[in-house]
Amino acid sequence: MTDITVKVNGAPRTASAEARRTLADFLRDDLDLTGTHVGCEHGVCGACTVIVDGRPVRSCLMLAVQAPGHEVTTIEGLAPDGALGPLQQAMRDSHSFQCGFCTPGFVMQATAFLGAHPNAGEQEIREALSGNICRCTGYQSIIDGVLLAAQRSKANVGSDR
Amino acid sequence: MKLPDFKYEAPATVAEATALLAEYQDEANLLAGGQSLIPLLALRLAHPAVLVDINGLDELSGVSVTDGVVTVGALTREYMAEESGTVAETLPLLASALPLIGHEAIRSRGTLGGSLAHADPAAELPAVARALDAEFVVRSELGERVIPAAEWFEGYLTTSRRPDEILVEVRFPVAEPGTGVAFQEVARRHGDFAMVGLATSLTLTDGMITDARLAFSGIADVPVRAAEAESLLVGQQLSAELFEEAARAATAPLDPPADLHGTSEYRKKVAAVLVRRGLRAAADNAYERQ
Repeated sequence: MTDITVKVNGAPRTASAEARRTLADFLRDDLDLTGTHVGCEHGVCGACTVIVDGRPVRSCLMLAVQAPGHEVTTIEGLAPDGALGPLQQAMRDSHSFQCGFCTPGFVMQATAFLGAHPNAGEQEIREALSGNICRCTGYQSIIDGVLLAAQRSKANVGSDR
Repeated sequence: MKLPDFKYEAPATVAEATALLAEYQDEANLLAGGQSLIPLLALRLAHPAVLVDINGLDELSGVSVTDGVVTVGALTREYMAEESGTVAETLPLLASALPLIGHEAIRSRGTLGGSLAHADPAAELPAVARALDAEFVVRSELGERVIPAAEWFEGYLTTSRRPDEILVEVRFPVAEPGTGVAFQEVARRHGDFAMVGLATSLTLTDGMITDARLAFSGIADVPVRAAEAESLLVGQQLSAELFEEAARAATAPLDPPADLHGTSEYRKKVAAVLVRRGLRAAADNAYERQ
């Protein structure tokens, strides 16, 4: 066991874990950040996606011991005061999700993607979300939600001018 | 599943890494991006006693060009190469293959050296390296070796790297003027391993093909060059008949594996389609790039 200190959602957090501990399990079981969901545990389903240094990363394919020195953002970091962020609100308005298991992974992936590609269209959004699996919705409502968030952010930028 | 127990080492220099490999030999696995190795650990298909994590070896990351050779550090992450202007300009075939690797989150961590050392025959980068006759530079305590791509891929997930060696860089020739490229693949979903993939590079001089390179992924235990089709293309003018003939020549010697995604016969048919598509797209690309 080693003490591991990682900056998560803006604050340094420390816990003791074995080298074989994945970042996903470290977040959930050692830091009690259970918003990150663990599905397949081998990098196929995308449910455990978090943002590391601004990029989407599968937290089941990264070790906790590799995380010090990097900035990790989890789903908890998107709504620190309990109010939904713009992407979360757009997805809620679009009834994007049903059971909720895949939700944090989709939201983190879409957050990272829209951050880097604010003008993305439907085709690019579909491709960006293709690594996340949802067994309820058939995906259409998820795409709708991300598109709505992109459109709203463009409209906001327009009205500021 | 949770990962099995292992001893964890994180060297700070390549010299420290090669010392660890010399000590542990085939008891050790190198951990680069981890996008293939960690699933193998989780599925208990790999069970190294020691994991040597090379993510701290910043000296192995980056792309540089000298004297017509592009040197890509083994730890260069796939998204970095994807965003690199140098790669787009000097290695258009590599640039066209990178967005097809896994998904965005995989490319955040995955490294070029890691994919090439893992040597999955269905992956994109091995076919690109084989098509471009890349050279692999490996280092051990005994010194450095340079291994041509034709000798690097030995079998399924097997390369000619010895257990005491670490892949430090991969060298590619800069694309000649007049070169057009395409990476074509047929997969069940975007980001899946392709049933068949094809890396195509054509160099045109005054409308004549002066260099042709075709390398398949997913049709054998290593990436496969279509040598007969290549020699048939060189010296010819572009035509639909020529591409048809090349597709026949490229696929005649193939005996692809069958699995639940496709029969051997189906894969062979897809391979022929990809040759025609790849050649057309590469020819178009050559004119676009001019």
